[in-house]
Amino acid sequence: MTDLLAKFDSIRAEYDFLKGTGLSDPFGVVMERVLSPTRAIIRGRETILVGTYNYMGMTFDPDVIAAGKAAMDTFGAGSTGSRVLNGTFATHVAVEQALKDFYGTSSAIVFSTGYQANLGMVSTLAGKDDVILLDADSHASIYDGCKLGHAEVVRFRHNDAADLEKRLRRVPAGKGKLVILEGVYSMLGDVAPLRDLVAVSKAAGAMVLVDEAHAMGFFGPHGRGVYEEQGLEDQVDFVVGTFSKSVGTVGGFAVSNHPHFEILRLVCNPYRFTASLPPVVAASAEASIRKLMTATDKRARLWAASRRLHASLKGAGFRMATETPESAIIAVLMPTQEECVIMWSALLDQGIYCNLSRPPATPMGVYLLRCSLSSEHSLDDVDEITRRFVAARAATQALAA
Amino acid sequence: MAPSRDAVLARLLELIQPFNAKAVPLAEDTRFADDLEFDSLTVMDLVANMEDEWDINVPLNLLPDLETIGQVADAIVKLKAGA
Repeated sequence: MTDLLAKFDSIRAEYDFLKGTGLSDPFGVVMERVLSPTRAIIRGRETILVGTYNYMGMTFDPDVIAAGKAAMDTFGAGSTGSRVLNGTFATHVAVEQALKDFYGTSSAIVFSTGYQANLGMVSTLAGKDDVILLDADSHASIYDGCKLGHAEVVRFRHNDAADLEKRLRRVPAGKGKLVILEGVYSMLGDVAPLRDLVAVSKAAGAMVLVDEAHAMGFFGPHGRGVYEEQGLEDQVDFVVGTFSKSVGTVGGFAVSNHPHFEILRLVCNPYRFTASLPPVVAASAEASIRKLMTATDKRARLWAASRRLHASLKGAGFRMATETPESAIIAVLMPTQEECVIMWSALLDQGIYCNLSRPPATPMGVYLLRCSLSSEHSLDDVDEITRRFVAARAATQALAA
Repeated sequence: MAPSRDAVLARLLELIQPFNAKAVPLAEDTRFADDLEFDSLTVMDLVANMEDEWDINVPLNLLPDLETIGQVADAIVKLKAGA
């Protein structure tokens, strides 16, 4: 018998080695209690959370929690069904209406996770006679959507409009084309030059999908994302997003002004062959989205915290993944996997949780300590985070000496 | 005019060489994963360079079937003929 798990032996060996070093396991963190959007108890200790994508701090918003509780009482714990059978409750219709109001679109479709939203949209929009052109740094859910579908898949160099234009030109005439972009790329936190990328896409007759998962709530006049900030609302055909970041719960969605967008409900397997979101989640998301429409104070605080963390870490001598703070993701480049893990572990000892990111999730084979800010981080929190980064670095240097 | 397979193979070897960190001798049956130990990022760079060299798109869907240098040369000739 061939052991089907043997193919993972090298990864297992690497992971066992890491755990054998006595350092904390970066992939085994347990939140024993969550105190707020920015604080949790990890290993019995109060820890500042700087790696949760809880951008707008909605997880503990009293209105969001109240809406969820009311829905739980009214509709029960779960839907036990597909959206196209018994799984559409009033809560699901209401959250889709909230999305249409937020994005100003004629249609919105909610999926059970953000991953499934990309899986469903990408695999269903592009069929076997179509060509997908995707940015090389696209999220795994987009790559997996490509694998699930039957379209030809062509990759272009990250954020490179000239490279995309060349590849669009090589697509034979008559083929349908779908260009897939992201507003903010989640590893380095860099913002896409969507204006250039969308211009070459439209000139080539392609339809455009933009994933704005990491931009909802704080880019553009209405917080719709980078595409809104760059004035592309009448150019982008489909916007994909998630409830698991700024909205503060879980779920995914796509919005569009395409007159026939709703047909996707009947043909998209990751939409129809899974149970719908629990009503508590749908109702919480609806309350959150409606509050995000006017959350200008939160937005201002998030940007202030993000800019301050970038400036202070840079000032303390850390190597930043982006020259300037482009989004609410502030990533620190680490020279090697070993140094990255040691520093990550030292940060946890200091009461800081950030994300450790490594290839293949990261581009260019880089190792990152990735921070994401929340509107609920005060500027004092940010200064404390930087102090602890400096202390953790000193601890690791003492260890190495 | 479509390039000959010999011309494609010769140029392909030149394109691979900068990524051949271990100086593995290159032949038609050299395998990218097993012999050259290319990771996915290296493959991405090489594919992008090949695409620009021959002005073709190499669909990602093809890559799992292309294990050796000879197979890639065949694929390029075919893509070039179809372009």
